[in-house]
Amino acid sequence: MMMRSAYEVFRKDVHSEFRTRYAMNALIMFVIVALSIILFSIGDESVTPGVLSGILWVIIFFSGMSGLSRSFVSEEERGTVLTLQLLTEPSAVYAGKLLFNLILTVSLNLFIAVMYVLLVQQFVVQSPAIFWVTILLGSAGIAAAATILAAIIAKANTKGTLYPVLAFPIMLPLLLTVMNATRLATEGAPFSEAAGEFQVLVAYTVVVIAVSVILFDFVWKD
Amino acid sequence: MTNAVLKADQLSKDFNRRKIFSAISFDAASGSSLAVTGRNGSGKSTLAKILCGVLTPTSGTAVLSIDGNAISPERLHRHVGLVSPYVQMYDEFTGIENLRLAISIRGIVRKNDRQLRDLLQQFGIDDRRNDDVRTYSSGMKQRLKYAAALLHEPELLVLDEPTSNLDEQGIAAVRDVMSRQKESGILIIATNDRDDLRYADRQVTVEGEHT
Repeated sequence: MMMRSAYEVFRKDVHSEFRTRYAMNALIMFVIVALSIILFSIGDESVTPGVLSGILWVIIFFSGMSGLSRSFVSEEERGTVLTLQLLTEPSAVYAGKLLFNLILTVSLNLFIAVMYVLLVQQFVVQSPAIFWVTILLGSAGIAAAATILAAIIAKANTKGTLYPVLAFPIMLPLLLTVMNATRLATEGAPFSEAAGEFQVLVAYTVVVIAVSVILFDFVWKD
Repeated sequence: MTNAVLKADQLSKDFNRRKIFSAISFDAASGSSLAVTGRNGSGKSTLAKILCGVLTPTSGTAVLSIDGNAISPERLHRHVGLVSPYVQMYDEFTGIENLRLAISIRGIVRKNDRQLRDLLQQFGIDDRRNDDVRTYSSGMKQRLKYAAALLHEPELLVLDEPTSNLDEQGIAAVRDVMSRQKESGILIIATNDRDDLRYADRQVTVEGEHT
């Protein structure tokens, strides 16, 4: 029953997103602008793979910050929080929003990664398996952290500022790990060398989701 | 008719150290109705939200029991309907889509489109069912809120300012709902409107406190 309800919340968010383009427009515009600026600024300069890995995750982090909060902020701004509270239990709302953010983040980050690999010629991925697994696990971690943070900041007055400020310390362990794993992918390291990074990413995501499930009841109700 | 009992015991609510109300106690059973009155800002809407389980009281308890079994806060939404100025429908969806959304999230499988349309008809908005809610007037939105609140035939119906924004036809439809609810379940009305108060068997006044 809870899973069914969560799926319906997810479906509602997908339909709502296609009609209002609350998150999608902000995300796509950010990615296009950020990629263009980076391409212009790199030009013919020689940049190390480590720096290029960092730049990729800067784009991913801030694109997430510009759109992922919408899942809860839009409910708060439209005054539909109470409606949702009356329709289902908090865990179903959390699971539905998490699924929506997860699919949005994975799709967007795959798009960013493909564009980055195609457009930034100095960024050569020598271990594609490490690279794509990092993108997928990193996206899951970002979606998990972004969902509970969005629920928290939706109640605040200064939502736009608060989101990246709160997200940075919480996502720092994740960002350091994905940047390191991406660097390994550009250096052509064997898959087994990145196993430690993958374990950290999976553990991070599981811990954030577990804590979010416990916290969400308190965040969702005033 | 299920036997529902609502028991509020010593309810109080503070917001940021500001006391809204304190020590409110009452009970109501199926087949009865209760009016919550009080001046503006006294906490009538806050009390309505607490009774529906969407707001936690600072102290005290509000428990709804069905056939002798207390309903846990996680399951309360299955037995409660709320119409309030604070409830908003999804503007980007049509009227009937809002109702379909509500039944799908609630997991109600026994309602089909025909029944949803009957409900919209009851409130006089069936002819606008395929229009986006953003094009509705405030009175039409209020009517849609009633349709959404009654979808799952709640044992406890809480109406906050029940006839606000409504024309004569809308008020008649709402009063019909109030009459039927007080026969089949519990009706709580938060209002100061004298005509609405006639539908309540008893009255609780929320004084409101300011410290």
